[in-house]
Amino acid sequence: MRGAEDRVITGRRVVPSGGAAPMAPVGARPAEAEARVRRQRRQRRQAGMFALMIAALVLALGFLALLLGFVAARGIGVISWEFITEMPRNAMTEGGILPAILGTFYLVVGAMVMATPLGVGSAIFLTEYARQGPLVRAIRIGVNNLAGVPSVVFGLFGLAVFVKMFGFGVSILSGALTLGIVVLPTIIRASEEAILAVPVSYREASLALGATKWQTVRYAVLPSAMPGILTGCILGVGRVAGETAPIMFTAATFFTARLPESIFEEVQALPYHIYALVTEGTHPEAQVPIAFGTALVLLALVLGVDLAAIILRSRYEKTR
Amino acid sequence: MRSRIRENLIRVVLTMVAFSSLVFLVGIVLVLFREGLPIFRKIGLAHFIFGRDWYPTYDPPSFGILPLMAASFLVTVGAMVVAIPIGVASAITISQVLPGRVRGIIKPVVELLAGVPSVVYGLFGMQVMAPLVMNVFGLPTGLTALTASIILGIMALPTVVSIAEDALSAVPGTYREASYALGATRWETISRVLVPAASSGIVTASLLGMGRAIGETMTVLMVAGGAAVVPTSFLQPVRPMTATIAAEMGEAPVGGSHYHALFAIAIVLFVVTLAFNMVADGFTRRFQRKVAGGR
Repeated sequence: MRGAEDRVITGRRVVPSGGAAPMAPVGARPAEAEARVRRQRRQRRQAGMFALMIAALVLALGFLALLLGFVAARGIGVISWEFITEMPRNAMTEGGILPAILGTFYLVVGAMVMATPLGVGSAIFLTEYARQGPLVRAIRIGVNNLAGVPSVVFGLFGLAVFVKMFGFGVSILSGALTLGIVVLPTIIRASEEAILAVPVSYREASLALGATKWQTVRYAVLPSAMPGILTGCILGVGRVAGETAPIMFTAATFFTARLPESIFEEVQALPYHIYALVTEGTHPEAQVPIAFGTALVLLALVLGVDLAAIILRSRYEKTR
Repeated sequence: MRSRIRENLIRVVLTMVAFSSLVFLVGIVLVLFREGLPIFRKIGLAHFIFGRDWYPTYDPPSFGILPLMAASFLVTVGAMVVAIPIGVASAITISQVLPGRVRGIIKPVVELLAGVPSVVYGLFGMQVMAPLVMNVFGLPTGLTALTASIILGIMALPTVVSIAEDALSAVPGTYREASYALGATRWETISRVLVPAASSGIVTASLLGMGRAIGETMTVLMVAGGAAVVPTSFLQPVRPMTATIAAEMGEAPVGGSHYHALFAIAIVLFVVTLAFNMVADGFTRRFQRKVAGGR
């Protein structure tokens, strides 16, 4: 504990070059002047570096503002009530994007129906039931590495397992299951954090009243952790809605003439629709604007959902 | 008695549920190897990794992924050249230079931006950045490794900023106080005390940003240009591994050599990202120990 602080104090890197100049006796003007010059130089250097650092932040936020601003500017003109409530017409050059909006909705709901119970259950097990040991370590390795798998690899897995092996075909079901796996680590981590934040005294009080383990979890821990778990799930929704690569071979199609009637049918989805319009479209002059309109709808959806989660979290943190 | 049975049942169910992540991870590994290994058996690992020709649909086909790996490497390095300096400097600004009130606003904004879907970055890259690159450098096409690097770099920024900022803010206040007490200026304190103390956290941020760039699919698919040749400059179209899988899986006949080769690319991709995550994990743990030791 002491070691780290010692190092900082005595490490040669920290010894200031001029700040600790010995107090000059009266009359020793040259030394004093020299110290002042050095101090000024250090101050100027600081001002310069701070300006550089702030410039980097402005650049970073500027890049991202440019992206959002551009998509908004090109997309806003396309968006109308008809755009979000009508079917596409005339080989995707006119009309709305209703099938893509509904398709994304189905996929998100399906993925969350699969991932939420698994994710919250895993988190409860890891925080409340598991004892430290090789078992827990193995599960943790699973969660951590699953979070790092590239999204296109999930797509391949979904293709080989759900589409081919289980025979679900390219369908809402295959896509939702694949997306469910993609989002599982997000939900586990958020739920774990929320459950760990519940004070131990809640559990002790519940157990002292004679409640069983599960009763304690169910009636003392989960209600208190619920806002945090909910936040994690909402963030998961935002992530699932924007994923493209996992649904490319498992669920998405560029064109359907009608809305899907069962979970075994393929669907349009907002992110895939954007991709398909700009890469496979045959009438770019009419389809690129639609792609920007679709991108704006997707952005509004994803960022709106994420914003809701962030607001919920900050509110929850304040009340505690 | 009945309650004990119920308690045990719940415990068993939760244990099984908790194994799901591990089951999926193992499942992914098994599927990748089952579908990818046949190509190694057919043409040999060395030919696959070091072959310079990727002509999957020719007769006879050629499955050398060197150009694809080189492309992934090139755009990832390019992205990090954009993302790490700007990202770390932004993190320093947010956590140390600006007043705390501003941090409370900017941090959530950055986190929010991390959620922008990759396909939107791809659209922006195709429609805005590519024409710009084409005109500035006088190229026949703006879809190049450089364009992909810039867009991937911008994409990785929120990740890098957010994690690096966490690391800087986690350095104990005593470090700063000790440095001030020795007469160091704020900048000297930041550059010689806080950044070195947070260095393993900053490395983690960079590695995770890099992992994100390597595995990113839609952006490079839309922006990198797609030419499967070993790149010699940043200004030519390239075809990273992820983009190859995404672009070709739709047309590869199931069970054919091309199909197996695409799964084998996914094995390479999986191993590389796994390695990145493990190294990043190691740095995180080191950082946690260091910070905990300083309190």
